[in-house]
Amino acid sequence: MEISMTVNGMHKTVSIADENTPLLWVVRDTLGLKGTKFGCGKAACGACTLHVDGEAVRSCSYPVKFAEGKDVTTIEGLGDRENPHPVQQAWIDEVVPQCGYCQPGFMMATAALLNKVSKPTDEDIDNNIINVCRCGTYYRMRKAIHKAAELHSKKEIYESKEL
Amino acid sequence: MKSKPFCVVLVLSVFGYLFVWANTPKISKYGPVELTSKSSNQDYDKMMDVLTHQRCMNCHPSDDIPKQGDESHPHYFGMARGEDDHGFEATNCNTCHQSENNLNSGVPGAPHWALAPASMAWEGLTRKEIAERLLDMTMNGNRSHEDLVKHMTEDDLVLWAWEPGIDANGKQRSLPPVSKEEFKEAVENWFANGAIIPSK
Repeated sequence: MEISMTVNGMHKTVSIADENTPLLWVVRDTLGLKGTKFGCGKAACGACTLHVDGEAVRSCSYPVKFAEGKDVTTIEGLGDRENPHPVQQAWIDEVVPQCGYCQPGFMMATAALLNKVSKPTDEDIDNNIINVCRCGTYYRMRKAIHKAAELHSKKEIYESKEL
Repeated sequence: MKSKPFCVVLVLSVFGYLFVWANTPKISKYGPVELTSKSSNQDYDKMMDVLTHQRCMNCHPSDDIPKQGDESHPHYFGMARGEDDHGFEATNCNTCHQSENNLNSGVPGAPHWALAPASMAWEGLTRKEIAERLLDMTMNGNRSHEDLVKHMTEDDLVLWAWEPGIDANGKQRSLPPVSKEEFKEAVENWFANGAIIPSK
């Protein structure tokens, strides 16, 4: 069967034998976007987090059939070297990653949080950012999330002035 | 010479013990929650056998924390009710749970996956108290008897209890002790006969 969706702003149609194939498989193996990672395969660790219609989902546990007609954003679509997303910039500024494997999932979860709560408190972070990092970079991530919120609000102010 | 302080300590100890004993609630005040008791009404009993099973009770918590598994442990990752019964702003039920069970990951799913409203908390209540709350329109979402029958016999999330899928280890989740057909019949009969809550 064929599944059509928008991935990082580009229309994609994929042929798939099993409609219950996890979206993560399709993103990584069919579309070649390797930034989203496989961690536990049980929707527990959050390494596979990406956005579907702006909402954070665990793509290892999200059948591709549910992505039909939807807007999927992966870490590659969040920003790039020239125009990093505030979350990516904050992650660089605070030198967050150690091994780095889980970080795309954390950044996607954080980006989703900032879209809902522009200035998250520590409690908001504890409630919403529940991914797992084996290196234990949580302290630096917390700092980066607060910094990303600042960058995010400045960017919104700048963009509104541009308009 | 040394016996006087000893006597003072002894007397104070006795008074202390009596004070603690007098102020300790008697355990008999807290009888066991009657989750397995049987009444004279078979339909009521069958219905309650289901409502008090983990498949139902895990999502009717009294502490705003969803429960998981047959031992009803708190939901992993610190998930909680949130403001709309769907978890938190960016990490909510649908971050992991979709509209159907996921047989690859073992994550359960059904349409409108969410906690029951706080007003419908059943955890820790007796069967009688659960039934009273179920029928109380100020607590049950303003549902009439007819609405309740429809909800309990047709709602996909309620009926998920009989198709709970496998867990993260590939093990089949346990089913309520009454079949879906028997439950539906019991609910319909109980309401048709006036939804009377047995006194015993």
